[in-house]
Amino acid sequence: MQVLITIVSLGVFCLLAEIFNLRKLLVPITVIGLLAVLGISLNLWSIDSSIDTNYLNMMATTKFSSAFSSLFIVLTIFILLLSDDFYKDIPTKFSDFIAIKIFLLAGAVAMVSFTNLAMFFLGIEILSISLYILAASRRLDIKSNEAGMKYFLMGSFASGIILFGICLVYGATGYFNLEEIYALSQGIGLPTWFPIGVTLIVIGMLFKIAAAPFHFWAPDVYEGSPALTTAIMSTLAKVVAMATLYKLLSGMTVALGYKVELLIVIISILSMTIGNIMALRQKNVKRMLAFSGISHAGFMLMALLTLSTAASTLLYYTTAYALAGIAAFAVIIMVTKNKENENIENFNGLGKTNPLMAAVLTASLLSMAGIPIFSGFFAKFMLFSDTVKAGFLIVVIAGVINSIISVGYYFKLILAMYTKESNEEKVSIPFAYTIVAIVAIVLNIVIGIYPSLLTDLLV
Amino acid sequence: MIENILNIIGIENYIFLTVLLFCIGVFGVLYRRNAIIVFMSIEIMLNAVNLLFVAFSTYHQDAEGQVFVFFSMAVAAAEVAVGLAILVSVFRNLGSIDIDNLKNLKG
Repeated sequence: MQVLITIVSLGVFCLLAEIFNLRKLLVPITVIGLLAVLGISLNLWSIDSSIDTNYLNMMATTKFSSAFSSLFIVLTIFILLLSDDFYKDIPTKFSDFIAIKIFLLAGAVAMVSFTNLAMFFLGIEILSISLYILAASRRLDIKSNEAGMKYFLMGSFASGIILFGICLVYGATGYFNLEEIYALSQGIGLPTWFPIGVTLIVIGMLFKIAAAPFHFWAPDVYEGSPALTTAIMSTLAKVVAMATLYKLLSGMTVALGYKVELLIVIISILSMTIGNIMALRQKNVKRMLAFSGISHAGFMLMALLTLSTAASTLLYYTTAYALAGIAAFAVIIMVTKNKENENIENFNGLGKTNPLMAAVLTASLLSMAGIPIFSGFFAKFMLFSDTVKAGFLIVVIAGVINSIISVGYYFKLILAMYTKESNEEKVSIPFAYTIVAIVAIVLNIVIGIYPSLLTDLLV
Repeated sequence: MIENILNIIGIENYIFLTVLLFCIGVFGVLYRRNAIIVFMSIEIMLNAVNLLFVAFSTYHQDAEGQVFVFFSMAVAAAEVAVGLAILVSVFRNLGSIDIDNLKNLKG
């Protein structure tokens, strides 16, 4: 709870900073503030399962929530560091954008630490509404408008479905509190509305994660949004939704058993396959990463098959994926800054004109593809071995085949960087981009070499 | 216990009504092409659910459901405010609010 309160006051501070003319100092101050919040969040680590009775059982600080909140805070710090240069052309709105990003983080933290479904709904709405604004934030750009509109329509449609699900769960059990629902869901004699409600909530969350067959909005929205917003959606928003879905399912589906597992198996295989096959024929890098994100959503859904033990694997996978995504997007934003689109041709010859950035992008793509020494490999390895132990061999076979397919389109970009000739002048890179890209990829490699840093946390 | 209206009507009928209204909203979102009507359909979906929340709240003799309605109304208002802002900027750029005109992003 302290974490949430501090984050929200930081957001209010950002809005006030405009009045006191602190625009230049805004990013350093908020980053320091977020580092302090990170400290608070890690400090709460030792407290487990303590429900704050002062807050009417709305939120609880658990190891799960602390670990994921810390991950979100780190990702937001990276995003904020990138914002300074990204919004240079619209300085009057700068503090608003920073404030929206901080509030987005508040929604994300509420989503992983809720114990009451009201808090879950508020969290998901805070996150989504902030993202609608950010997606449509290039007001004069027709593509950004279109992305914002599509995201808004699909997002609020999904919110309606989630709300209906919550309502049916409430009707069946009489409680919004997750622990009461958990206790009741183990008994028998719940009305038929209960499984229907849970299914509706899961469908709504699958919309937010962009897993097939609810993925169709993602490529358009990712392509049209400003690049930094795409970075947030494909890293932060996806990780948040995944962690929340894990938390919801582990709290509600004890009694549902086989049917839910079958559903997850089908959706997981579909997402991986559709995402990867569609990604092969994309020319736009943002669109390609959108499909790559859909296939990664399929991989992450595998973790739901081993609900009781998968928390640390999920944390590891999401961390590896998000760090690689941040590093990749730092380079993509830099390369396509003054370009009309994000087509692969813009990356031609980056290996010669800017070897450092090309190396970072290569490393992050290799991590997403799952090549050893990068953490993406160990993430997939742990996920596969957990799933095999649980007896779902078919998903793992599909996963391995899809990992091989995915190498195809990641290498298309890597080959463009190293084998084709550039017709561009060398551009100077803002310092912040270099720092973010390098720190993110180094963290990625570090957790690849020492996986136990993360995997032992949530046991 | 006083004979209340919920027992006479039956909770199932409230659920049927809500499902009906919710489906009207869903089909409105799926089939109408005017963005304003799509927004209205989303509002119908949310308000149908609010109705059921209140019915369940009486059914369980528990005030929490009614409190939740206030949250969901506030959220719906915030959502529509943002949606209308996006709609205005689309209208300024395109001169129309037909969502079939949003076709720039394909691949």
